[in-house]
Amino acid sequence: MSEITLPSPPSSAAATTARTRTSWFGNPWGKPRFLKVVTWGYLAWSILPVLIAIVFSFNAGRSRSTWQGFSMRWWYQDPFDSLWTNPALRQAMIQTFKLSIVTVLVAVPLGTAFAIGIDRWRGRPASTANFFMLFSFVMPEIILGTSLFLLFTTLVDELVKLGTTAQILGLVTFQLSYPVIIVRARLLSIGPEFEEAAMDLGATPNQALRKILLPMLGPAILASVALVFADSVDNFVTVRYLSAQAPTEPLSVKIYAAARSSPTPAVNAAATVMLVATLSVIGAAYAIYRRIAGSRGEELGAPMSLGEL
Amino acid sequence: MTSGSTPGARSRQVASGTAEATPPRRGTSDSGTGRGAWFPRWYWPSFTLPGLLWLAVFFVLPFYVVVAVTFGTVDELFRTPIPVYQPWWWSFDTFSDTLQRFFVGDRIYLDPLIRTLLYVGIASLICLVIGYSVAYYTARHAGRWRGLILILLISPLWISYLMRVYAWQSLLQPDGYINDAIGIFGIAPVTWLAGNPVTVILGLVYGYIPFMILPLFGFLDRIPQSVLEAGRDLGASPFHTFRRITLPMSKPGILAGLVIVSLPMFGDYYTNDLLGTQGTSMYGNLIDFAVNTQGQTPEAGALVLFLIVIVMLPMLYYLRATRRAAEGSA
Repeated sequence: MSEITLPSPPSSAAATTARTRTSWFGNPWGKPRFLKVVTWGYLAWSILPVLIAIVFSFNAGRSRSTWQGFSMRWWYQDPFDSLWTNPALRQAMIQTFKLSIVTVLVAVPLGTAFAIGIDRWRGRPASTANFFMLFSFVMPEIILGTSLFLLFTTLVDELVKLGTTAQILGLVTFQLSYPVIIVRARLLSIGPEFEEAAMDLGATPNQALRKILLPMLGPAILASVALVFADSVDNFVTVRYLSAQAPTEPLSVKIYAAARSSPTPAVNAAATVMLVATLSVIGAAYAIYRRIAGSRGEELGAPMSLGEL
Repeated sequence: MTSGSTPGARSRQVASGTAEATPPRRGTSDSGTGRGAWFPRWYWPSFTLPGLLWLAVFFVLPFYVVVAVTFGTVDELFRTPIPVYQPWWWSFDTFSDTLQRFFVGDRIYLDPLIRTLLYVGIASLICLVIGYSVAYYTARHAGRWRGLILILLISPLWISYLMRVYAWQSLLQPDGYINDAIGIFGIAPVTWLAGNPVTVILGLVYGYIPFMILPLFGFLDRIPQSVLEAGRDLGASPFHTFRRITLPMSKPGILAGLVIVSLPMFGDYYTNDLLGTQGTSMYGNLIDFAVNTQGQTPEAGALVLFLIVIVMLPMLYYLRATRRAAEGSA
């Protein structure tokens, strides 16, 4: 504490310059103009390119960098190359939704059960299992993608071939940790008192689980559904390595391939579809969540924790 | 990461409040046999089993396959990998060949490795500087804009990474809007996409900075205003308050953020594929090339094993930190 001295009255001019120089740095009461510029500048930098890319899906010409007038050509009007009429892009769109929906259906129940299990079980085996789960969460995706690629091309290549099944198995492996983390965070806050109370009142273990614990986990499960779906739609590394030929490539892989050759604004349209799909699922989940939370009078904490994951 | 703690702590209080209202029940549940006394011993472990099996088959087993492929051989005719699962028959040829490409002879793998370390380091630092400023402003000064800023900060997480990089690729075209914009100031058009390290580094920053801002915001937002006021009341200058209170209290957030952004950067190959050339290729590009080249898969295995070694320390650090945070909030 020796460095902190009481403010002696220096010459006022020096104090003013010192203040303006450092005010943005740490004064919670000052006006941080510099930080304000950085923050809004960052937000513009982060959002504007995406908005411009969306606008260019309505470009009349082939270019994705020079505006040539408005048209719906790349959405459905062009007889061969639009998102709707091009068979490859349409196939990719279907593949994206197929993979994401099945992944949600497998990963969320599996992850939820896992989270309930390790949280209520406790003990050493449970924490070891949790460690492996978290390990799969922080591992760079290319490691997981390559190792699954090698698994499906060597050891089990008779059983599971590269393609939709392999992609789903890979996606579930990669996404499994999200429901585990979200549901477990909720479980930590609920505590075991509620099931215990239910069983005191005569419920069987299964009844306590179904009627007490699962409804209380509702918001967390809902958040997991939204997150896993959104992340599966956007997934690229895993699904690319595990895709067989062109028909099993989802939109993200098509965007990557097109971006490296000669993309048309139909690619922008494809990316926009992915964005809209993701945002509508998030929006729907949030709306349902608000209804549940509103009817139970709970506070709205989940969206933020979703983002921080 | 740990924001679940706030609502968590609250409902926990509610829960124990209910329990205190009915003391006898609390007594029975806490004494003797402990929690979950009425659940059969196998009840909770059986929930864990499916997920555990899944991890064993699709997470742990593939690693052994990577090892077996790396230390296996390649079919002479079809150039397909032949994994060898018995350690006593392992051949270390691929492994040492790959290692030699880093440090012996023409060292064709050394440049990508050095570039990766350099790019990841610079990009992570830029993420930290911009991210800290943004998180600080949002936590302290955003005022009535706070909600909107938070939504905008989270929104990149919902936008496909590829779309975001693709958007930049379009803007950076020779006839793109960025060159138009700098043309206004009389600057000649820049060839952004012809192997320009600045483009690749900024692309990495652009892609991963949201993962830096959110944990930083979490930590900065939790510093109580009263602590800062106390510092100021005791005569600390704004700079001192920052250096001796805010900075130490946000240090876990800084470390977590640095780990979270740098880990995926080590395996990133698509940013360079879209924004750079061979001259800016990174470690991820080496793996990607080996995976996609017939006969090179054992080498892909070796490269993946090296990458695991490189990222192991930051990964373990991150796991330890999150576990501590979870225990703290539980």
